[in-house]
Amino acid sequence: MNKYIFLIAGMTLVTYIPRVLPFLFKKDIKEKSFIYRIMKLIPYTTLTALIIPGIFNSTGSLLASITGGFVAIGLAFYNQKIIWIIVGSIISVILVTSLV
Amino acid sequence: MENLKKGIKRGIPIAFGYIPIGIAFGMMANTAGLPVYIIIMMSFCVYAGASQFMAVGLINQGISSIEIIMTTFIVNSRHFLMSSSLTQKFFKNIDQKHYKFLAFGITDETFAVHSMTKNEDLDKEKVYGVNLIAYLSWGLSTIIGILMGKVLPDIIQSSMGISLYAMFIALLIPNIKNNKEIKLIVYITILISMIFNYTPYLKNVFQSGVKILVIVIISSIIGAVFFKEAVDKLE
Repeated sequence: MNKYIFLIAGMTLVTYIPRVLPFLFKKDIKEKSFIYRIMKLIPYTTLTALIIPGIFNSTGSLLASITGGFVAIGLAFYNQKIIWIIVGSIISVILVTSLV
Repeated sequence: MENLKKGIKRGIPIAFGYIPIGIAFGMMANTAGLPVYIIIMMSFCVYAGASQFMAVGLINQGISSIEIIMTTFIVNSRHFLMSSSLTQKFFKNIDQKHYKFLAFGITDETFAVHSMTKNEDLDKEKVYGVNLIAYLSWGLSTIIGILMGKVLPDIIQSSMGISLYAMFIALLIPNIKNNKEIKLIVYITILISMIFNYTPYLKNVFQSGVKILVIVIISSIIGAVFFKEAVDKLE
């Protein structure tokens, strides 16, 4: 068998398993239980852990990345639409990159 | 159909953010000498950015397929937590027979969008819509990268790199800004993440995929133990 086909099949399988496994055990977790609280916090902690430290290396320069991050935070506080937050952040990164 | 369109619209920021990364992947894998059909299959079947880049790097070093598959499993195991958390949302709104398809489309980014969507605004068509546009963008950007044979102009490539992080911030802030306790949990998570990523020795203990798993578990446990009431009040 083509070694690449084996590789793709294997990678597909081991990527799909963690994605689908939790859905196979349909189980309503008791509300106000320890596990339930953790489930509810995972979106917040995961998003945070995705942002920090990933954002620091997201553009060519640390200064531009940090600026882009703060612009996004500022715009998000004023309830801007997601797409405008992204556009604003990108523009600030372009500015910093080309000015510095 | 109406809701599918809404979902697609909701997924546009993800699709946009995938473009430079997908192009970079297609270009890089092509330069590394992988057969074109393999590169395209990788994006459409494996569909997991970080591990695809990693796989190409490892192939170049002559690492065996088995080892690459094992590393992929470790890097992508973080999705287990994301899916676990999403089950609670999906069980309420979506019929079980859709789970096996919807689960395939769970990435860091689609998870972020779904989990920050209010329950009443989440149904199967919207979830399909978000997943679909993200998936197509990733696959098509890969193909574009192969065809172009180079990345976007430097300034565009590097400045677009911020877009998915800007999206994460845009999703997170409105949900925490009026909630002192959850905000505190976010600060604690930042601290723990900094510790695991920048402390000498500690930063090398875990691979990046496992690292995020560890950070999320520790900070979620801290939150669940010390902020019970605040967590129970979350939707």
